[in-house]
Amino acid sequence: MKNVITIFNREFRSYFSSPIAYVVIGLFLVLTGVFFYLLMSSFLQYSANLQWQAARMRQPAPPVNVNHMIIRPLFSNISVITLFVVPMITMRSFSDDKKTGTLELLLTSPVTTAQIVAGKFLAAFSLYVIMALLTWVYPLVIVFFGDPDVMPVAISYIGILGMGAASVGIGVWISSMTENQIISAMGTFVVLLFLWLVGWFANFSSGAIGGFFQYLSIVEHFDDFAKGIFDTGHLMYYLSLCGITLFLAHQSIESLRWRS
Amino acid sequence: MIEIRNLTKRYGSFLAVDDITFEVEKGKILGFLGPNGAGKTTTMRIVTGFMPPTKGTAIVSGFDVVENPLDVKRRIGYMPETPPLYVDMTVEEYLNFAARLKQIPAKEVKGAMELACAKVDLNNVLGKVIKALSKGYKQRVGLAQAIIHDPEVLILDEPTIGLDPIQIREVRELIRSLAGEHTIILSTHILPEVDMICDEVVIIQNGKIIAKDTPDGLSKSMKGAERLTVVVEGPTEEVSSVASATEGVNSILESTAENGHCSLVLECDFKFHVRKSLSNVFSKKGWSLLEMKVKESTLEDVFIHMMSSSEEEEA
Ligand SMILES: Nc1ncnc2c1ncn2[C@@H]1O[C@H](COP(=O)(O)OP(=O)(O)O)[C@@H](O)[C@H]1O
Ligand SMILES: [Mg+2]
Repeated sequence: MKNVITIFNREFRSYFSSPIAYVVIGLFLVLTGVFFYLLMSSFLQYSANLQWQAARMRQPAPPVNVNHMIIRPLFSNISVITLFVVPMITMRSFSDDKKTGTLELLLTSPVTTAQIVAGKFLAAFSLYVIMALLTWVYPLVIVFFGDPDVMPVAISYIGILGMGAASVGIGVWISSMTENQIISAMGTFVVLLFLWLVGWFANFSSGAIGGFFQYLSIVEHFDDFAKGIFDTGHLMYYLSLCGITLFLAHQSIESLRWRS
Repeated sequence: MIEIRNLTKRYGSFLAVDDITFEVEKGKILGFLGPNGAGKTTTMRIVTGFMPPTKGTAIVSGFDVVENPLDVKRRIGYMPETPPLYVDMTVEEYLNFAARLKQIPAKEVKGAMELACAKVDLNNVLGKVIKALSKGYKQRVGLAQAIIHDPEVLILDEPTIGLDPIQIREVRELIRSLAGEHTIILSTHILPEVDMICDEVVIIQNGKIIAKDTPDGLSKSMKGAERLTVVVEGPTEEVSSVASATEGVNSILESTAENGHCSLVLECDFKFHVRKSLSNVFSKKGWSLLEMKVKESTLEDVFIHMMSSSEEEEA
């Protein structure tokens, strides 16, 4: 455990000693902010319309569901945006160590490959968590305009974190296979995009294959979370994906030693 | 302390290290000499547990690197050919990380860092970011990382490569000063380096060991291997005769004269006192010694010599 913390500390700090953390977090907040703004303004327009109509009919305005109108689409948007920023978080993970030769330091120190993978994953995932949780201001703003249910928001966050664990796992795995950061980022993006689009393919195929595609889709599993439905099955999907990719990262580092 | 047994490594079908066996005793410095591509780095990477051997094994302080890699890694300090540095960190941060990675207890980290920094003389750059350091300092940070946990064994892969002459001397002195406490394997493709710092030499070429000896034994068997270029201010005839009369000089290969200087290429015994006695006799005669250097081609000569003598033995 101490070894994992040692790796984690160095890795996590390195995000902040280079511009990466700031760029990633900044980009993420700008993108999510834009969507939030668009959702808010269409919501405000809609509710103003309702009120105006109600006033004309001399009736009280009907209640509007902010969870349905803002929070659910907001989290769907956030989930999509993470697909774009996760590759930036994980692109250096192993690639940089392979390129500069510091992997030689790690692999000749008395730590196991599993500890190295765990430390690196936890560092990248922590940056992701910080980034994702910074969006709490959006639901907070909504409190001033409506009366959102808190539970669905909390459940959505569980979904965001689960999805993050899976996509960061994928990123760490891809980065373990190349010493080129750009290839690492592009590769991760392509895999994430595939897992995202596969749900869409599912609509065109039927039967078992369609069901399988549906099951693979990383975004499909998020829908229930965004609706405020907590289903351990979806969480299990994310956690298994995370576990499998970290295992693959471990194997790729080990086999690199055997092959090269 | 270190035993390398029948070590073999294949990259695909390419045989990089071919059944090599040697030992290093406690406290000794072994020079691992060979031209580029001989298999030095490969051997060292196997001994340090970075990669597994195809066949054979290495045993460090009684631990087999294939069976107990962690026990071996705990006892080894390794400096790869390119120092494995996180260049965005300061020297202090980096060494702190290295200390923890090598499992020095938290309380002892500070002391270990101070000791390592004092040994390799890093105290005045502790707060600097590594990428801003000169190559020589980077090398020292790499060394500090290797010795920080006071390992029994040090593996140094071409520690002087790419340094300027002053830095080379400093690093060599440093390595010399580390012997005794540590058992050291050092790879190099520079023959005089072995002579200067090593107790024993293993010469490797194309993955095979072609000689195992002490530097002295090697130089005895290597008569005529060293070529010296000397430039002296004096009459060519006389200088040549004085030079050839000096002990250790076997023959004069070339002599040229131009505006009062004479420049000679001498073939001498592979020993350094030849240079000393040459400079003494020249100064006694009142001739200024303008230049003296070992011809760089010596290593090839050694290998040609070694190869041809091993062929003779076989024949
Ligand atoms: N990862 C690798 N894959 C394939 N061949 C390699 C690899 N590393 C080294 N080699 C080859 O193995 C031989 C020995 O290399 P190396 O051990 O680096 O030699 P040295 O350190 O003595 O210069 C060289 O011919 C080199 O090209
Ligand atoms: Mg080498």
